[in-house]
Amino acid sequence: MTGLRDAPADITAYEMVVGLEVHVQLRTHTKAFCSCDATYGAPPNVNTCPVCLALPGALPALNREAVHLAMRAAHALGCTLNPVSVFARKNYFYPDLPKGYQISQYDRPLALAGHLEIGDGDAARTVGITRVHMEEDAGKSIHDRYPGATAIDLNRAGVPLIEIVSEPDMRSSADAVAYLTALKQILEYIDVSDVNMEEGSLRVDANVSARRVGAAALGTKTEVKNMNSFSGVQRALEAEFERQCGVLERGERVHQQTMLWDGARNEVRPARSKEASHDYRYFPEPDLPPLVLDSQWIDEVRRELPELPRARRARLAGEYGLAGADVGVLTATTALADYFEAAAKAHGDAKAAANWVMGEVLATLNTSNESIESFRVAPASLARLLDLVRDGVVSHSAAKRVFALMAETGDAPDRVAEREGLVQVRDADELTRWVDEVLAEHPAEAGRFRAGEKKLLGVLVGLVMKKSKGRADPRRVNQLVSERAGG
Amino acid sequence: MTGLTAVDAVTASFARMEAVRAGADGLNCVLWSDRERSLAEARAVDARAERAPLAGYPVAVKDNIATLDLPTTCASRILEGYVSPYEATVVSRLRAAGSVVLCKTNCDEFAMGSSNENSAYGPVRNPIDTRRVPGGSSGGSAAAVAAGIARIALGSETGGSVRQPAAFCGVVGVKPTYGRVSRFGLVAFASSLDQVGVLGRTVDDAALGMEVIAGRDPYDSTSADRPVPGYRDGAARSMRGVTIGRPVEYFPTSLDPRVTALCDRALDALRAQGAQVRDISLPHTDLAIPVYYIIAPAEASSNLARFDGVRYGLRVTGDDGLRAMYERTRSRGFGPEVTRRVLLGTYVLSAGYYDAYYKKAQEVRACITDDFRRAFASGVDVIFTPTTPTPAFELGATSDPYEMYLNDIFTCTGNLAGVPAMSIPVGRVDGLPIGGQLITRHFDESGMFAAAYALERALGEEAHR
Amino acid sequence: MAVTRDDVAHIAGLARLAISDDRMTELAEQLNAILGHMEVLQQVDTRHVETTAQEGNEALPLRPDAGPRFAMHRRLDEMAPEMRDGFFLVPRLATHEDTSDAS
Ligand SMILES: [Mg+2]
Ligand SMILES: [Zn+2]
Repeated sequence: MTGLRDAPADITAYEMVVGLEVHVQLRTHTKAFCSCDATYGAPPNVNTCPVCLALPGALPALNREAVHLAMRAAHALGCTLNPVSVFARKNYFYPDLPKGYQISQYDRPLALAGHLEIGDGDAARTVGITRVHMEEDAGKSIHDRYPGATAIDLNRAGVPLIEIVSEPDMRSSADAVAYLTALKQILEYIDVSDVNMEEGSLRVDANVSARRVGAAALGTKTEVKNMNSFSGVQRALEAEFERQCGVLERGERVHQQTMLWDGARNEVRPARSKEASHDYRYFPEPDLPPLVLDSQWIDEVRRELPELPRARRARLAGEYGLAGADVGVLTATTALADYFEAAAKAHGDAKAAANWVMGEVLATLNTSNESIESFRVAPASLARLLDLVRDGVVSHSAAKRVFALMAETGDAPDRVAEREGLVQVRDADELTRWVDEVLAEHPAEAGRFRAGEKKLLGVLVGLVMKKSKGRADPRRVNQLVSERAGG
Repeated sequence: MTGLTAVDAVTASFARMEAVRAGADGLNCVLWSDRERSLAEARAVDARAERAPLAGYPVAVKDNIATLDLPTTCASRILEGYVSPYEATVVSRLRAAGSVVLCKTNCDEFAMGSSNENSAYGPVRNPIDTRRVPGGSSGGSAAAVAAGIARIALGSETGGSVRQPAAFCGVVGVKPTYGRVSRFGLVAFASSLDQVGVLGRTVDDAALGMEVIAGRDPYDSTSADRPVPGYRDGAARSMRGVTIGRPVEYFPTSLDPRVTALCDRALDALRAQGAQVRDISLPHTDLAIPVYYIIAPAEASSNLARFDGVRYGLRVTGDDGLRAMYERTRSRGFGPEVTRRVLLGTYVLSAGYYDAYYKKAQEVRACITDDFRRAFASGVDVIFTPTTPTPAFELGATSDPYEMYLNDIFTCTGNLAGVPAMSIPVGRVDGLPIGGQLITRHFDESGMFAAAYALERALGEEAHR
Repeated sequence: MAVTRDDVAHIAGLARLAISDDRMTELAEQLNAILGHMEVLQQVDTRHVETTAQEGNEALPLRPDAGPRFAMHRRLDEMAPEMRDGFFLVPRLATHEDTSDAS
């Protein structure tokens, strides 16, 4: 690693300071400024038109749904939405940027001053959100497909993004991952994006600096780019922090620059950008008048927000008396939490429902890797199965078998239990007949039991259970054996 | 409306093109045309069930407005041979009304110029005196109308590019309110100033063309959603009760007294029609050129970034990869004036200069807009000024860039404020046309046309003497 | 604020324009002459001016999130200098790391 080439630094003497810039692709049908299809997977440059190709004379027209989703996200992050925000041009040349400028927002963004709670319990803290603004995505440049040439695909050019800029409030790479996890979960809850880092619908740039522990002033920061997973972010931050510590230990100055993370080689190295000093020449986009959000719309969008992860965790803990760890698992996604609540309400015993959802349900989903949305066992059927267990109609062990078959067939628990003969037999006459038969078939054991060899009870009960093919209620069999053996 | 069929009109127009030598060997006002295709379109128009309002009005279209069948090069090398795969909204509206596109007209490269000497395809000559410029940047459209090739032509305005050539060529030129006409398909020069304009032989021709192209277009977010009145109704309106303002800043003592005299004659004619005339002041007028030549190049530097040799147009491959390709393509593709303005615009937007130049210019622009708002609030309905300080000058007469910029001194205020403005002939000096400019409130094209009809009526043939 | 040859070289770089040395000096002079005429603006008191409201412009209209895609009457390869397999091709960047910070 870069850090190792430097004098090994005493990194414990330093504190990491991190702020994150996260770009999120909004899930709209069409692009931000034209009616081209915004979804993935089309052949190169098929989803393009005069606007997103930047043909001479073409003009942008803003997608209402992109604004709506951006407003949702801004609300969910506790931001103040600006009634008037202004689009601006960020000017630079790049072949996947057709107009030679990106339509973004600059000094009057969509929303300001939000916050995000990260971690839980004692580890819980707040990271400030500086701003949320709207912008358009660029196309894709493919450098390794043709020798000596870069291939340009503009299908993605003009897809709507929001950029979420945090305050430098994180103090470790773990904080950064906690922030990203919490952010991803919120964006999933409000359903504005696929938030998939591998597919690029969520992209993270980090501003990192190091300062002596206890120092008040921030050190010079560098921007770290090119991470494509949360663990990549974590490793990149640590590598860059270590590098900066080394620089500072040698009494040198950290240079403000862009570093690129190389996950394969596990190191950061400076981006050798031709324009080290970017000069984007921002100015208000003259093709788009200011974006005016009337207060009714702003309130409407706030009201339509679903319950957010933090609130839901608190409610589930209170309402169902569940432990924090369990709540965490059950609220991983809205769908899972909905599933649990539906089952718990229908069945009544929330703890039992929680155990089954965290146990059998998640296990089954993992092995079959289905999604909870498409799971064949509806919450109501799970609840019904739990009823049967509670009422002793199906034994706990039999219930697991029933559940597995429900997951395969989608049949109701009662039918499965019937069909598989897994309903417990508690009819006294039948049980008595089985017991008597066993005592008759095994006179020796029966005799020794009568003679007081109590440890044979288990053996006899086992034989009865065997005879009943596991359907007999073991507790009743116990009693009956003792009675009938007259011990 | 003419009684001609579309075929008659198109046939006559192409005959006229030959008669006046509209091509590179003559006026050089026509860059691209296709007689057979235009005639085919004309036959289709004549075959329509009901008579189309513009059947008798084939149009000449400035080469910076996208058309499907003829090239759209903005008179630039960087777009040589480029044919747009889509059509400008204004052109589609003209076609729907039964008009036929005759030709694409020459202009200053990317509409940057006031003499039409900045075309990659050579200068346009003024039909009134071929040693002189037709004005710019819509010089080809003005010349085409003046030469009788088309009764209506489309031009574009950023700082006077329709009105100034209209004045130089002795025709009518209209710049509508910013937002009145769609810019979709107009190749952008300075987006906050650009508007498509109409040139016509008469006020009525211009009003007819404007009626057809005006109105909200969902593809242009800056186009206003406001009703479009019938501008031709202005023909019947009287000037009684109309107050005309004569801004003192537009009649400096340095102004050629013969130009002042023609303007005062025009004002007398309007008085005779019942209008009141009074002096007014637009105090920030002298700041318009500095403001304009900061804002327009700044926006241009960004608008012209898309000409990068990647997706269309010229590409000159370099020796060391992408950056060299960009630089060669753009250096070979852009002419000297475009290069100068792109550099100027890049400079005023660059780090450390934005506030001193671009931001300051936008603030002073607001002051210029406010001058007009106050004037109209004070009861003035129409402002009258000369369109240009001088008549058409000779080719090659002006070499200093800033001196050339001063041609827009009376017109760029209208673009900066966004108000509607038009130029109509008010007489001649040494046989060269002089234009008078009429300016009204935002979206009051009706009042502007009404005054223009009245003035045209009152001056009669004097307007061309 | 006089424009130097270096300034011209810098902005020419930003604008992706190759300017020959002899023209560099000429352009520096022309830009200085033009900008000289702009200095007058510094004397104007604009402290109380509001610029965001552009006259004539209403608020930004919003478009429904639906197709169809804007019709194109010509194919991309009829316009593009170089295409392959549907991609636009450009000369390779000096280095991959010259990556865009588009987003
Ligand atoms: Mg961004
Ligand atoms: Zn598109």
